[in-house]
Amino acid sequence: MNNVPSELRYTKSHEWVARNDDGSFTIGITDHAQHLLGDLVFVEAPDVGTDFSAGDDCAVVESVKAASDVYCPLDGEVTEANETLADTPELINNDAFGDGWIFKLQAKDAGAFDELMDADTYAEMIAED
Amino acid sequence: MPFIPHTEEDIKQMLGAIGVSNIDDLFDEIPVALRTKGLASIPEGLSEMEVSRILHERAMQDQRSLCFAGAGAYEHHIPAAVWEITTRGEFYSAYTPYQAEASQGTLQLLYEYQTMMASLTGMDVSNASLYDGASALAEAVLMAVRANRKSKSKRILMPRTVHPQYRKVAETIVKGQGITFDVLDYDHKGGHINPDSLPQEPGDIAALVIPQPNFFGVLEDVDVLTDWAHQHNTLVIAVVNPTALAILKPPGLWGEIGADIACGDGQPLGIPLASGGPYFGFMCCRQDYVRQMPGRIIGRTTDMDGKPGFTLTLQAREQHIRRSKATSNICTNQGLLVTAATIYMAMVGPDGLEKVARQSHANTLLLTEQLTALAGVHQVFNRPCFHEGVFRFDYPVDEIMRATTARSILPGVNLEDEYPELENCLLVCATETKTEQDIKSFTELLQKIFTRLQTTCCPVEPKMA
Repeated sequence: MNNVPSELRYTKSHEWVARNDDGSFTIGITDHAQHLLGDLVFVEAPDVGTDFSAGDDCAVVESVKAASDVYCPLDGEVTEANETLADTPELINNDAFGDGWIFKLQAKDAGAFDELMDADTYAEMIAED
Repeated sequence: MPFIPHTEEDIKQMLGAIGVSNIDDLFDEIPVALRTKGLASIPEGLSEMEVSRILHERAMQDQRSLCFAGAGAYEHHIPAAVWEITTRGEFYSAYTPYQAEASQGTLQLLYEYQTMMASLTGMDVSNASLYDGASALAEAVLMAVRANRKSKSKRILMPRTVHPQYRKVAETIVKGQGITFDVLDYDHKGGHINPDSLPQEPGDIAALVIPQPNFFGVLEDVDVLTDWAHQHNTLVIAVVNPTALAILKPPGLWGEIGADIACGDGQPLGIPLASGGPYFGFMCCRQDYVRQMPGRIIGRTTDMDGKPGFTLTLQAREQHIRRSKATSNICTNQGLLVTAATIYMAMVGPDGLEKVARQSHANTLLLTEQLTALAGVHQVFNRPCFHEGVFRFDYPVDEIMRATTARSILPGVNLEDEYPELENCLLVCATETKTEQDIKSFTELLQKIFTRLQTTCCPVEPKMA
């Protein structure tokens, strides 16, 4: 049974996005994605201050099986990166939606968040995988 | 068993199964205009006997010359055991092995090679080697552009004191990716990169290349250059001679925090001079950048029974996993030469390598003293050198080279083609293989040639026009 929190939004490339109280967004990869990747051994988080457009590759997650790009779900600037992942990438395996967050973003257009997939749609998508 | 696996009958059967009448039909997709009409300049094939004879005759044309030429490839003594062991069947392959379970010996050797190179360069990690020094520099440039996250630039500061062929090869490899070289001139007195000549406002630069010793054999002010680069968020790529590292400060200790990437040609470590190759390239870097490093990396691990073993590691950087985003498409390399280099280093040991370096340096000092004692020879640069130096002659160097070569002495490398300002200058090298008598023979021959060239003011009529 996959874990897909209902308050989050999702992308086809398996990123999740959370809207924070301060207007910023937190981004990570889904539990489903970490499950497909297997044990993570390295995470290359984006640099704070970098601008990305939606769809840009902005981070890399590397597991014992593969290395995958993480795509930025929204246009915006990176305001914070999860430094603890450098030494403990397994946080993503253990808690993909919590401690395993990858970076925070100040979005150019916060409204774009609502256009992302909701939890039900994402759950349906991965059920078909 | 024939070397060609398919008989005419096999081919006919396969073509029949596909439903075409001849092999050319398989290339229908390629427009006629793009197809080669045959290789007109390639002669007809010869028998093995004929080829052996031609090659034997050509080999006889080689002289066992006394070699004072260096310029990136150096004659060093190679203990006989090095190639005796390297060419054993167990080692005799150019490839890094894919099957860890069947290749523990080779993997262990490569792991030891990496350990030795990391120790020699003072860097954290080494890869399992690259093709040669020039392409290693190109890979280092690509890597620096990827790894330097403080820089958005694709500009590289490239001093003219870097080997001209390395610069050309690197440019050919990286220019397709929009990477450009800002050329940095050298100090014409010192033959080095004068730190005062570094740009005050360099702008955003991904990396500075620092050769040590440089192409002229001169030692660079590596600490100052390294710190300057780091102050400007620029990475440092060290291009180093591995023999010299036995006595010089390793790149890992340059300046306050050390160079970021060290690369070079491994030829001095047990690889004979051979018409430009095959040699091998090496590359080391700091731990932070290991995921940006090209090539293969061997790691040590423990198996299910807790026994130590060796394996390819960090393969997620490589093309079979990362595809177009791989750090490089290099997967195999000059494995056999790395085997020889590892055995060479193991045989001579750190003390032996240091002796090689010190004796080469001492011989070059002796050579410099004796050359400059001749009227008509001048040392061009006044900075300390390792085992090479630039000398200007009051006579045409083409004449000198022709005359010494006729007497089986290779006097050095003419620098004028690559450095027009160094007219009548030779880059001359003396490694540990040169004796006092060799140096004396060289300088005495030069003196004779000079005397003859002086007297050409009253030329003799040539016997034949």
